[in-house]
Amino acid sequence: MSTRTTAAKAPRRAARPAKTNPLGLEKTAYRGRPSTLCKGCGHDSISQRIVNAAWEMGLDQTQVVKLSGIGCSSKTPAYYLGWSHGFNSLHGRMPSVATGAIIANTNLQVIGVSGDGDSASIGIGQFKHAVRRNLPMVYIVENNGVYGLTKGQFSATADEGQFLKYQGVNDLPPLDICMEALTANATFIARSFAGDPKQSETLLKAAMNHRGIAVLDIISPCVTFNNHDTSTKSYGFGRANEVRLHDLSFVPEFEEIEIEDYEDEIEVELHDGGSIVLKKIDPDHDPKDRTAAYSAIQRSLDEKKLITGLLYISEEEPTFTELLNLTDTPLTQLSQDKLLPSREALEGVMASLA
Amino acid sequence: MSVAVREALIAKPDAPAAVNDFAINVATANGSGSQTSNGVLLRALFKMGIPINGKNLFPSNIQGLPTWYIIRLSKDGFLARREMTDIQVCMNGRTVAEDMDRVVPGGIVFYDDTLPIANHRKDVTYYPMPVKDLVKEAGLPHALRDYVANMVYVGVLAELLGIEPAEIEAALLHHFEGKEKAAGLNMKMVESAIDWASEHVLAHDGYRVERMTGFNEGKILVDGNTAGALGALAGGLSLASWYPITPSSSLAESIEKYAPALRTDPDTGKSTVAVIQAEDELAAMGMVVGAGWTGARAMTCTSGPGISLMAEFAGLSYFAEVPAVIWDIQRMGPSTGLPTRTSQGDIHAAYYMSHGDTRHVVLFPANPAECFEFGRVAFDLAEELQTLVLVLSDLDLGMNSHISEPFEYSDAPFKRGKVLSAEDLEERQGSWARYMDVDGDGVTYRTLPGTKHNMAAYFTRGTGHNEYGYYSERPDDWEQNLERLKRKFETARTMVPEPVLDEDDEARIGIISLGSNHDGVEEGRARLAAVDVATSYLRLRALPIDATVRSFIDRYETVFVIEANSDGQLHSILTTEEPAQALKMKSIAKCDGLPLSARFIVEQVQQALQEQPL
Repeated sequence: MSTRTTAAKAPRRAARPAKTNPLGLEKTAYRGRPSTLCKGCGHDSISQRIVNAAWEMGLDQTQVVKLSGIGCSSKTPAYYLGWSHGFNSLHGRMPSVATGAIIANTNLQVIGVSGDGDSASIGIGQFKHAVRRNLPMVYIVENNGVYGLTKGQFSATADEGQFLKYQGVNDLPPLDICMEALTANATFIARSFAGDPKQSETLLKAAMNHRGIAVLDIISPCVTFNNHDTSTKSYGFGRANEVRLHDLSFVPEFEEIEIEDYEDEIEVELHDGGSIVLKKIDPDHDPKDRTAAYSAIQRSLDEKKLITGLLYISEEEPTFTELLNLTDTPLTQLSQDKLLPSREALEGVMASLA
Repeated sequence: MSVAVREALIAKPDAPAAVNDFAINVATANGSGSQTSNGVLLRALFKMGIPINGKNLFPSNIQGLPTWYIIRLSKDGFLARREMTDIQVCMNGRTVAEDMDRVVPGGIVFYDDTLPIANHRKDVTYYPMPVKDLVKEAGLPHALRDYVANMVYVGVLAELLGIEPAEIEAALLHHFEGKEKAAGLNMKMVESAIDWASEHVLAHDGYRVERMTGFNEGKILVDGNTAGALGALAGGLSLASWYPITPSSSLAESIEKYAPALRTDPDTGKSTVAVIQAEDELAAMGMVVGAGWTGARAMTCTSGPGISLMAEFAGLSYFAEVPAVIWDIQRMGPSTGLPTRTSQGDIHAAYYMSHGDTRHVVLFPANPAECFEFGRVAFDLAEELQTLVLVLSDLDLGMNSHISEPFEYSDAPFKRGKVLSAEDLEERQGSWARYMDVDGDGVTYRTLPGTKHNMAAYFTRGTGHNEYGYYSERPDDWEQNLERLKRKFETARTMVPEPVLDEDDEARIGIISLGSNHDGVEEGRARLAAVDVATSYLRLRALPIDATVRSFIDRYETVFVIEANSDGQLHSILTTEEPAQALKMKSIAKCDGLPLSARFIVEQVQQALQEQPL
C-alpha cells in the first residue's frame, strides 16, 4: 500500500536567521554577470543552485575556479561566483584545461560546467578521461539533448526517434551521461532535474564535498529548441517521468537533506508551480554498489524514465593529483628555489653525459 | 664562376691514410640491437677526442626494416651528414646491394659472410665477417646471441681502425649504466672479434683513428631532446603533458627520467613537477593551457601531426593570452609523412598556427646547448608575453647524439611577467583590467586563480572581449584588442633570442639559415671560402625577426635562405616580412628526410651564382 504525502506538509528546516554565510557574506556576493540565456532556461536555475550552494557552504570564491567548454551551458560560469576566476575554454576541451589547472594548484576547488554537446558529442573523449583520472572536481553536464547556440541540432544525448523542427527525426540512440561516467569508473554519479532546485542543490553540495570527480548530470530543458513533451529533456517529460533514487544519507559532510523520508511515492512542488511524483524504484539502492547503479540506470533507460538522485559514490579511490606525489604546496606557489634543481644535481647529470 | 667540389676521398694504395676524417655507415635491420653497438662506437671515438657525429636513419617500424647509422669523424670538426660513405658495414641482406654501391672508390666494405654477395666492385676492399661463427664460438647464452651479434663489427672496426678497446669497454659500461655483467658479455664478443680481425683481416692503410686533443675536452655527448628536457626542468617546468609521437617522445621520457634527480623537493621527498601522458595531443595542449593560466610553467612536446591537433588551443593561448610552450620536434609531413625522418617543414604551421589572425613566437635551437638554454627561455618568453611560444627542433637535432658544451647552470630569476598579487591589488584598491595596455607595450597584467583578493578574478575566454575581459561583440573592442596584440608582437621582436652573426668583410653573399642546418652551413661556407666565395652567415634563432635580420639582408647583394623543407617556408616568411628586399632573397630548400649536407649547400650556391653572377 502506498502512502502519499506532499512536500508542502512536510516539516521544514528553520529559516536561516542571518542573511550572511559563515564568511559573513551575503548571497549577492556569490552572483556573477547577468545571464544572456533565454528566459526560462534550465541552465539559469542551475547557476542559481551553484550560487546558493556556494553561499550556504561558505566557499571562499577566490579558491574556486569555474571552467567550461563552449555552448549555452558553457556561457554560464560568467553568471555566478563573480569573485572566482573563470575560463570559458574550447568546445569539448574543458576537462583537459581543468586537468592542467588542478595539477598546477591543488588547493583550488574546480567546478566544470559543460553541456551534452560539449561532453557527449565533441568532448566525449576528454570527459571520459577526466572521469577515468578521478580528477578532484565537480563536473556538471547541463543536459538538454540539443545544440542551443547553433540553433537546434541534435546532440549525442538526444532521444532516438525524437523530432526537431530543423533536423527532423533523430535515428540514433542516445549516450547516457551517467552510464558513460559509470563505465569510465566515476567515483560520484548523480542525476537531477533543473526544475528540481532542492534535489539539484543538495546533490551539488554533495558533489562539492566529494574527494574525486563528481559527475552531475542535470536535465536542463531547452525552452527554445527542445521543450517538446516527447523529449526526455523537456520540462513536461521531466515532471512526469522523474524517478528518484534518493538514498542521500550516504553523502558525507552533508547537512541539508531537503527531502523528507517517505515511502513509495512523494509529490513534490516545483519552483515554477508544477509538481512531480517521485517514485522509489528500489528503496534499498546502495549507491556504493556499482552493479546496482548500472542496473538502476539501465532500467531507467529501458523504461524511458529519469532516474534521479545519487546513483553511485565511492570515496576509496585516490584522485589523480594524489597519485602524482606532488609537493603539498601547490606547484604554482613554489618559490624559485624549489623549482630550480641544485647546481650539484645538474652537474651530476652533466658528468653522466661527459 | 664554377668550381667543382669533390667530396669523395680516393685512397690510392700509396696514399696516406685518412686519419680521423671519414664516414662509417652501418646497415642493420631494425630491432637487431644495433643501437647499442653504434652508440658504443660513437662514444668510444668521442672519448678518444675525435670530433664525431652519429646519425641514425631508422624506419617507422619495430623490427625488420632497414636501419642505417652514419658516424662521421672529422678532425676539423665538420659534423654535418656526409653524402658518401668510406666504410660500409653490411649486416642487412635486404639492403646489401645499395649499401655496397654507396661506398667511395677506395673504400671498405665489411659484411656478414652469410649475406649473399653477387657483385664485387673492383675499387672497393671487401672483408667478410664470420658473424655467426664468432657468436657461436663465444659460447654465449642462446637467448643473447642475436643481441650481441652486432658487437662483431664493433670489434672488427676497432681492430682495423685502431679504436682503443679500453674505450669500447668504458662505453659499454656507460651504456649499461655500470652493470658489469651486461657490459662484460658484450665486451667478450668485441674481444673475440678483435682477435679474429687481427688474424684474418688484411691490413688496410686507408683509414685510421688516432687519439687527439683540442676538440672534445670538457664536452658532453647528448641529443637535443635530452637537452631540452633538462633545460625545461632547470627552467622551472611544473607540468609536462604529452602524447607519444616520434620523434618527440624521448623529450617527454627524458623529463620523466631526470625529474627525480633534478626536481625532488629535498625537504619532503615529493616531486615539484608533474608529467602527464594525455589521451591525445588536444588534451596535452589543454592541460598546458590550464596550467599556464593557473600560473604554472607548462609545456608539451610533439611533432607535426600533434601541432595540427593543438592548433585550436594555440589560437586560444594567443587570444586569451595564456602562457604555453610547445616543443615541436619536426619530422616529415604532411600527414603521417615519414615519422622517423628529419625535416623543418613546420615553420609555417608553427608561426601562423591556428585560425584567424595569429602569429607566434618560434624559437630555433641549433644544438643541444641551445635546446637546454631555450628550455628556460621559452618559459620566460611565454610568461612575459603571456602567449604561446613554440620551440622548433627536429629529428636530427632531437634524437641524434651531438657533441656539446656542458649545460650552464643558472640561478638567475625566472621571468614570470606581469602578475598582480593580492598585495598588488590591495595597493591598487582592486582597480585593474585584465586586457588594458597600461604600459604601452601591448602586454597587460594578469592575476592567477587562487589569488586571495576579491578583486583578483577575471573571466578568460576565447570569445570577443573588452579590456575588462567582459564579453563584447563591439567592432571597436575587437579591433583595439587585435591592435594591442600586434603591439605585443612588436614587443616580442625585441625580446626573442637574437640571431647569431658570422660576417666576412669580403662577402657579398649572405646566408640565412636556422636550427640543425648549422653544421652543414658551416662546412659549406668553409668549402666555398676555399674556392674564394666569401659568405656571411646569420643563424636565425627566433621568429618574429628583429632589426638585425633586416640590416643583415640590407648589407648583402644576395641572401640565400637555407632550410630543410620543400617549400622554402622561412624564405617565404622573410620575403613577406621584408617585402622591400624580397628579390634579394633566394631559397635553397631541400626535403628528403635527411639532414642537409655541405655538398648540397655548396652545389646550390654555386649553381645560383652561375645562373646569376654577382
